Amino acid sequence: MKINVIDQQGTHHALEAEEGWRVMEIIRDWDLNIKAECGGACSCATCHVYVDTAWLDKLYPPTDEELDMLDSAPAVESYSRLSCQLIMSQALDGLTVTLAAGSEKD
Amino acid sequence: MTHTPYQTDVAIIGAGPVGLFAVFELGLYDMKAAVIDVLPMVGGQCAELYPEKPIYDIPALVSVTGQALTDQLMAQIKPFNPEFFLGQSAEKLVKTDDGWQITTSDNQIIQAKVVVIATGGGLFSPKKPALANLDAYEGTSVFYAIRNVEQFHNKNIVIAGGGDSALDWALYFVPLAKRVTLVHHRDGFKAAPDSVNKMRELVAMDKMDFEIAKLDTLEGDAPQITNVQIIDKATNTQKSIPADMFMAFYGLTMKAGPLAEFGINMENNLVPVDTEKFETNVASIVSIGDINTYAGKQKLILSGFHEAALMAKGAFHYIYPEKKFRFQYTTSSSNLQSKLGVDA
Repeated sequence: MKINVIDQQGTHHALEAEEGWRVMEIIRDWDLNIKAECGGACSCATCHVYVDTAWLDKLYPPTDEELDMLDSAPAVESYSRLSCQLIMSQALDGLTVTLAAGSEKD
Repeated sequence: MTHTPYQTDVAIIGAGPVGLFAVFELGLYDMKAAVIDVLPMVGGQCAELYPEKPIYDIPALVSVTGQALTDQLMAQIKPFNPEFFLGQSAEKLVKTDDGWQITTSDNQIIQAKVVVIATGGGLFSPKKPALANLDAYEGTSVFYAIRNVEQFHNKNIVIAGGGDSALDWALYFVPLAKRVTLVHHRDGFKAAPDSVNKMRELVAMDKMDFEIAKLDTLEGDAPQITNVQIIDKATNTQKSIPADMFMAFYGLTMKAGPLAEFGINMENNLVPVDTEKFETNVASIVSIGDINTYAGKQKLILSGFHEAALMAKGAFHYIYPEKKFRFQYTTSSSNLQSKLGVDA
């Protein structure tokens, strides 16, 4: 199972993913530049990603909590998600996301 | 503003769980502590980012929220009566004849023999919108916090954000400003419903504007903006809003603080320490919790607690160079129990 991540520099990374893991955790585990400062508690919006629109329908829709938290991310789009709220499953094998501005470490 | 310099044994920078527990470990061995934090309250990340979220890996606590952990730590360190300097960041650190002098952003001077860097993920700072050239306007026409309200009177103000801060300041400035425009990316808010209703009423009465839009560019010769360009979400068209002042309220994020200027070694924004005393490359400056790094480091609250205990033993020799450190257990030591106020 893989996910494709486009980093802040535009570089593509195909990352081995594991079922049940949060997409944020996979990106962090592969040492890409993701801040994710609250550690996956849907409390900081520093794991903000843009989801490739072809994949939007396959994701569980965001909860109110995630939508509220996205308010504190810069440059939110209709295809914005917090990657800590995306849980890997077979259906998401091949998911493509782009790390948004504000998700990078200092 | 000037304050009386404060003298203590140990100055702890960071009032997160690890900084708070350090007060306890130091206190057991008669070292007084002062704690500095940029946030107006104690608890650090636990209080600011996830007060309501449960933590499951604090030893013996099956589940505890960030706020409950903070409250328990405050109760635990109460016997040691630490001094808190909150809502201010440690800006300067200078060597003195017998220790260190810290100057905070409030010009408070704190003198101590040992400095503990327990700054976790860094200094909580405002999140900034993704706009080019933002810093050229900051402090003159772009703000993330409001100190002097008079400078906004009779001005065209654009406020970005959808939380309580954005709503509260928008409502506050409507009667005082020339015009207030609230810009948010959706027609939904994480704010008190009463404030949202008031905002909608003011918009209906044409007393202010609300735009569901994304921010595009700031216009005007720096440092003074003249317009904020936005892109309407529904129509995807550009719109220019006349603006003298722009405020963005997107909450806080942790940034690297001025640690590098303190003269201590840094590696990837972390402070390397030894694992005996958790001392930095500078004698009597130690570092514990998420901000430090060493072989095998895991960023866990429980690791920080362990580090605090070992750090206290090392600090003891700076505070009481002539005394021997006598290791004791709180279960059996009447000396420790009397300090904790629990002696039988």
